[in-house]
Amino acid sequence: MSLLLPDSGLLFWMLLSFGIVFFIVAKWGFPVITRMVEERKEYITKSLQAADETNRRLAEVKVQSEAMLEETRSRQLSILRETSQTKERILADAKEAAQRETQKMLQETQKQIRLEHEAALTEIRSQVAILAVDIAEKILRNKLKEKDCQMDLLNRMIDEAQRENLAN
Amino acid sequence: MTKFSKYIICFICFFVMSLSAQGENSEATKKFDVKEFIFSHTGDSYGWHITTWGDTHITIPLPIIAYSKEKGWHLFMSSKLDHKEYKGFYIAQEGKYVGKLAERNAAGEEVRPIDLSLTKNAAALIINSIILICIVMSLVRWYRKRPSRSVPGGFVGAMEMFVMNIHDDLIKPCVGAEYKRYAPYLLTAFFFILINNLMGLIPFFPGGASTTGNMAVTMVLALCTFFVVNLFGNKEYWKEILWPDVPVWMKIPIPLMPVIELFGIFTKPFALMIRLFANIMAGHAIILGLTCLVFLTVVKGPTVNASMSAISVILSVLMSFLELLVAYIQAYVFTMLSAVFIGLSRPKAHHHKTKEAKLEIK
Repeated sequence: MSLLLPDSGLLFWMLLSFGIVFFIVAKWGFPVITRMVEERKEYITKSLQAADETNRRLAEVKVQSEAMLEETRSRQLSILRETSQTKERILADAKEAAQRETQKMLQETQKQIRLEHEAALTEIRSQVAILAVDIAEKILRNKLKEKDCQMDLLNRMIDEAQRENLAN
Repeated sequence: MTKFSKYIICFICFFVMSLSAQGENSEATKKFDVKEFIFSHTGDSYGWHITTWGDTHITIPLPIIAYSKEKGWHLFMSSKLDHKEYKGFYIAQEGKYVGKLAERNAAGEEVRPIDLSLTKNAAALIINSIILICIVMSLVRWYRKRPSRSVPGGFVGAMEMFVMNIHDDLIKPCVGAEYKRYAPYLLTAFFFILINNLMGLIPFFPGGASTTGNMAVTMVLALCTFFVVNLFGNKEYWKEILWPDVPVWMKIPIPLMPVIELFGIFTKPFALMIRLFANIMAGHAIILGLTCLVFLTVVKGPTVNASMSAISVILSVLMSFLELLVAYIQAYVFTMLSAVFIGLSRPKAHHHKTKEAKLEIK
């Protein structure tokens, strides 16, 4: 029966040693260990979450950059198209302007030519008139060498002047 | 397990055979008493017997602390009591107190003084406690020395895994929501039992004392669980004991269910106490019994003795492996049941649950 009857002495020592062990280990031992491990676990979980987040963002950025690239490419194409159109338009404009200028210059030249032609005609006319007067003078001088003729002419002129005065 | 049971059956056969042989050669085997051998090794003693070399016993003397009503406090080493009386104290060889410290009072009757001797089991408990504290505090020191969040390896890492395994897979699910409050106690109980079980398996000093195979030790552990369960039990727990949800005729006029429930309060820790004690005690007894085969078959002649010795060693090795498993399992079972009892002592009120369920349905 002594096997089943707890000894008071051993009971005391067990109570004492278990009490001390419990006090030390439950106060400074296990809580520290579990806290450390849980902190670490939390940190790992957070890190994994952060890594996941980063990966997700990276994928987003990739998609974005691809979209941007695509957009840029399309814009490049459109710009190129626009440029060629502009070039053609400018060329066409330039051609038209040149034609207009040419036309204008041509017209100017024609006008100039006409003016010069008229001026030349006028000069020729005046020259012809001077020539005619000179010729008439020479013809008159030759005719006035005779006295009769001179007198005749003088009379006729006085008559004419008298007629004019009378008329007045 | 079938293998082990086969071995155990074999062992029992041999044991029976050798016992019958003992009966035949009772004169030759009188010197060797198996029962006495087993109980002296699993039981407690005042000195720590290491070995016997020829006729000299090599024993570590341990202090004896006793309070006698007539003579007051006494403190002396157990070596003083070696087959003789010292200051009126002696170890009883027969009678009620066989194997215990005794003295004679004025009337000449044999009485027990108040005996607080540091016996073999008490000394082993202290050694094991120191080992446990050293292991746990070495872990803590490791964490203190390193920057936070560093991961331990080697022994510290293994111990950390062990602690966290018990903490996360045993205590957390068994206790429930409030596990944080009880985790230190349950962890302490687990590792205290485990280290005592394992040290008990080492056949020589500083192990070898069957601490957890002793009622006093398991009784303290079970009482701790008893107090933790009943002192921190909430209203709902006491309601379930004193006024359980059963038909009224089971409670009034004869409080049938409350009585059964009240009885349950005490049977639970009692079962814890007996389970741990019996398992460890039985394991030690079996290993010792197997060892006895060697000495019992001496009288059968050298051939039988040699073959039985070989069988004894093989079976002892197998039993030791089994005991290693049992050492862990019993610590685990004690902690798990304590955790379950604690979990049961803090139930949530039932009407709350139904309310929550209704809300969820809505």
